[in-house]
Amino acid sequence: MALTVDVVLAGIKEIVVEVAGIDAGIIAMDKKFTDDLDVDSLSMVEVVVAAEEKFGVKIPDDEVTKMATVGDAVNFIVANGK
Amino acid sequence: MSRRRVVVTGLGATTPLGGDVPTTWANLLAGKSGVRLLEDEWAKEASVTFAARVAVEPSQVMERVEMRRLDRSEQFALIASREAWKDAGSPDVDKERLGVVIASGIGGVITMLDQYDILKTKGARMVSPHTVPMLMPNGPAANVGLELQAKAGVHTPVSACASGAEAAGYALEMIRNNRADIVLAGGVEAAIHPLPMAGFASMKALSTRNDDPTKASRPYDKDRDGFVLGEGGGVLVFEELEHAKARGARIYAEVMGQGLTSDGYHIAAPDPDGSGVTRAVKFALQDAGIPLSEIVHLNAHATSTPSGDVAEANALTNALGSDISHVAVSATKSMTGHLLGGAGAIESIFCVLAMYHHKAPPTINIENLDEAVKVDVVRDVPRDLPAGSIACLNDSFGFGGHNVVLVFRSYEA
Repeated sequence: MALTVDVVLAGIKEIVVEVAGIDAGIIAMDKKFTDDLDVDSLSMVEVVVAAEEKFGVKIPDDEVTKMATVGDAVNFIVANGK
Repeated sequence: MSRRRVVVTGLGATTPLGGDVPTTWANLLAGKSGVRLLEDEWAKEASVTFAARVAVEPSQVMERVEMRRLDRSEQFALIASREAWKDAGSPDVDKERLGVVIASGIGGVITMLDQYDILKTKGARMVSPHTVPMLMPNGPAANVGLELQAKAGVHTPVSACASGAEAAGYALEMIRNNRADIVLAGGVEAAIHPLPMAGFASMKALSTRNDDPTKASRPYDKDRDGFVLGEGGGVLVFEELEHAKARGARIYAEVMGQGLTSDGYHIAAPDPDGSGVTRAVKFALQDAGIPLSEIVHLNAHATSTPSGDVAEANALTNALGSDISHVAVSATKSMTGHLLGGAGAIESIFCVLAMYHHKAPPTINIENLDEAVKVDVVRDVPRDLPAGSIACLNDSFGFGGHNVVLVFRSYEA
């Protein structure tokens, strides 16, 4: 399946629901992981590892530090995925 | 200035006898066993196939997302603390005057071993970022401190099976020394996993009565053959007396003192002459400063091992002399199993409730009392304790030769 924004966003939603236990309905491109979704620095590691597994893409640590919002993560994966 | 007095104003627990204190206490008085055959796949291969798991799984009272970041021992600590805090009336306290002392014997051993399995099978990258906060022995205390925003200090004494009692003693001193007005004191353990069980079994410390688990924990019985591993924990809210009175708190009992010694004898075996225990009892009574005539009850360490139970009973007789005659001794591990670092905490709760209700819980499974046991054991049914001002002792000992004795007294307003 092609890694479109919709596909990746749906996948990230699943991961964040699992990690942070929040309602999928509030997860959107403009939401901040830390402030809006209760994903702290440790949980962010979980999100990244799960996303790498799910989409077959490597997310370097310096990219992770730049990912403030869900959109940042989705766009990186869409741009760098196969 | 006279010494600051410390009382107990809240209780919480999750144990093999119940998911809270009222259920645990009711089942304790009813003489029920919390020991069961393990349903885990690994237990089928084990030399010991039973243990005392908590009666209520954390998943029944805790959100999944919260659970996955917490070791099982940390889950027990939060469950017990929430009950204790609510039971104390969720006191309004200056956070800089609020402390937490919650012990554990082994810490997050299940997390450590599970993550090691992941490391070996899936590689380092899949090891959870929550691994270290989950496996550290101070994790239970830290999580409770975080939830209540306690800022007077969060501590974790580690002394094997004496840890929970040592936590209570540490909490007592925090309030006496004016570091805090309220301290949550407790102990937890979650070590029902094939590795610790195999380790205890290898040292021949565990009962192997696989064909009759509920009869396996039998302190003072002639045919006792080792302890039964339990899990869970308990938390008590310790509060400075005037602080408790000022807010109209219910006072369960007063914490009178502690005695601490070490054997310097053997890493695991109790000193057969019991002098370390005798000295700890004497120090505790000295600290408490109450007449021996008031001591009417004792919650013994009595784990159901062949050597430990008798050594303890003899040491008590040496420490109390003829006053041992009016002490009703209960070995509640006969029902709860041995919660290791949680034992001293739940047994402190039992002592506090015994003082509050003037009732000593029973000891079950004594079919033939060991003749070497000279103390007055409360058998099969609870026993009423005298009216008026009464006091009791709680003994806890740990591998390493740690001896901790606590003194609780009924509180007369």
